[in-house]
Amino acid sequence: MDRRAPVGIRFEAVSKHYGGVRALDRVSLEVEPGEFLTLLGPSGSGKTTLLMVLAGFSRPTSGRVLVGGEDVTRTPPHRRDFGVVFQSYALFPHMTVAQNVGYPLRMRNRPRAEIARKVADALALVRLEGLGDRRPDQLSGGQKQRVALARAIVFEPRVLLMDEPLSALDKKLREAMQIEIRRLHERLGITTIYVTHDQREALTLSDRVAVIDGGRIRQLDPPRLLYEEPRSRFVAEFVGESTILPVERRDGALFCAGRPLRTARPLPPGDALHLVLRPERLRLEPDPPADPSNTLAGALEDLVFQGESLLAEVRLDTGALLAVRLPAGGADPPGALSRGGRVWVRFSPEDAVLVAEEP
Amino acid sequence: MNRLAIVSEESGAEALARDARRERRRALALALPALLLVGLVALLPTGWLFWLSVIEGEKLSAAHYLRLVEEESYRRIFWTTFEIAAVVTVLAALLGYPLAYWLSRLPERWANFGLVLVLVPFWTSLLVRTYAWLVLLQRRGLVNQGLQGLGLIDEPLRLVHNWTGTVIGMLHILLPFLVLPVYASLRAIDPACLAAAASLGASPVRAFWTVFFPLSLPGLLAGCLLVFVLALGFYVTPAILGGGRVLMVAMKVQENAGLYLDWGAASALAVLLLLATLALFALLARLVPLERLLLGRS
Repeated sequence: MDRRAPVGIRFEAVSKHYGGVRALDRVSLEVEPGEFLTLLGPSGSGKTTLLMVLAGFSRPTSGRVLVGGEDVTRTPPHRRDFGVVFQSYALFPHMTVAQNVGYPLRMRNRPRAEIARKVADALALVRLEGLGDRRPDQLSGGQKQRVALARAIVFEPRVLLMDEPLSALDKKLREAMQIEIRRLHERLGITTIYVTHDQREALTLSDRVAVIDGGRIRQLDPPRLLYEEPRSRFVAEFVGESTILPVERRDGALFCAGRPLRTARPLPPGDALHLVLRPERLRLEPDPPADPSNTLAGALEDLVFQGESLLAEVRLDTGALLAVRLPAGGADPPGALSRGGRVWVRFSPEDAVLVAEEP
Repeated sequence: MNRLAIVSEESGAEALARDARRERRRALALALPALLLVGLVALLPTGWLFWLSVIEGEKLSAAHYLRLVEEESYRRIFWTTFEIAAVVTVLAALLGYPLAYWLSRLPERWANFGLVLVLVPFWTSLLVRTYAWLVLLQRRGLVNQGLQGLGLIDEPLRLVHNWTGTVIGMLHILLPFLVLPVYASLRAIDPACLAAAASLGASPVRAFWTVFFPLSLPGLLAGCLLVFVLALGFYVTPAILGGGRVLMVAMKVQENAGLYLDWGAASALAVLLLLATLALFALLARLVPLERLLLGRS
């Protein structure tokens, strides 16, 4: 397949109101040419609405959408030249796999020989050689997904949009497909917008992730930054596992659960601060620490074997429950750690991430 | 221990199979009254009809059938019957498909309200509706007076006691039978399929003809078949609105059996109509799987 130069996308203060509900609230977003950007959010957050506005299925109430510098806000979907992969796959049940994949080329009145060649290429790309004559109802979920993908890229669209394309697949298949989608994106370089509510999927696939809630973008960052430097309590809770504890501020010093807190991280503005602790960055100790700073005291409530790791649940003296993930391989956890026993949790200043209370 | 386990496993299987058999027998017993009714009320008389149609003076004979073929009046009756059924079916499809399409695009609450309106005629007697059309369509009826009042026509149109009146009346009565299966099949189409077609470059018109219409075809065929088959057997409406000028098979059957007491001729007509209907059904079933045809599923 010959490649077209990838295009950028720009949302300018896009709003969408349904009656009194603001599904999108002045969203502005710039997507780089060739970027893989994921819209991540809980259901009802507006992420699908944003995708539908981009695809042209839904008109925004106000604002503009630009693709490659050109205003497409009022362009009907069939003139946008976007490939869309739907959650339900939306394969045409009365057509064979090859006819499904060839559909966009037929709509562009391409010559027959070219359609046949491109359909074969696209099916090979998604590893479905030889299945062209099947009907969609003769395919497994994963195969349907690949057909939908082949159909969405066969006409070399300017932009590829995917709306929770893997949510109907089981976990193993989902993970395999994630890797395939990544590989495909690297190979084709199409600007891709991907919608999901699965934070792990978002981290796996994306160049950047836009976390959306209440119709607004809460944070837009590469996966690693998003995970390590969440800028709000919502993002910290939504992306990855975390325990969130209130922080007190006295005479310029920080305290958590009555113990001094030191952080190597930037201090967010505002007074009401929270400490975000990732379970895998914590250490569990059976003896009281000499230095009380960056430690928490509690009782070991539960210790669960989960295959690659052990999950410890510590009931802090303040009553909060804290999750600690310990490596399961090799040595057993310290012998003194037993259920109901007293333990101390320690974390480094680098792992003490602070977020402000939601505005 | 192991052996014991195997033995009990087998006896368990026997008990389970016995349960399954008992379950099937119970289901059959429940269905039995209806089966008997269908047998007594439908199959037996049909067989009896068939028998009557092939005997003449206590001997086996094809005389009744030969007469149907030889006599021109009978050929004309069959022609009229199939012609009216076909015209009514085509008109019902042309009127009913857009109606069903419009209803299927409405929000569910409004669509249900619309369907109730479509169904209202079902709750009124066929006879009453037919006479109502007579009142509306006659020389001094509402339609003619309205058109004359508007100055659109000078002379009243001949809308009733003829072919036109028969078609109008039958169309009205049969339209719901087309709208309902078409509506069901349109509702079953995944809206994402249309969105997909648009995103893949199909204009609304092309998306309709390449995706929407093919997916609605089983429902449309089911509706057409239903209307056609019901129209073939119509009696009351052509009798009243046709004014004696429109003779359909069912009316001739009634005439033969009721007026001339010629059960042989009446039976032969009925059997021929039944066979023609079944043949049509078989032909369509070859094109579309039977369950799709009957249920309008795509």
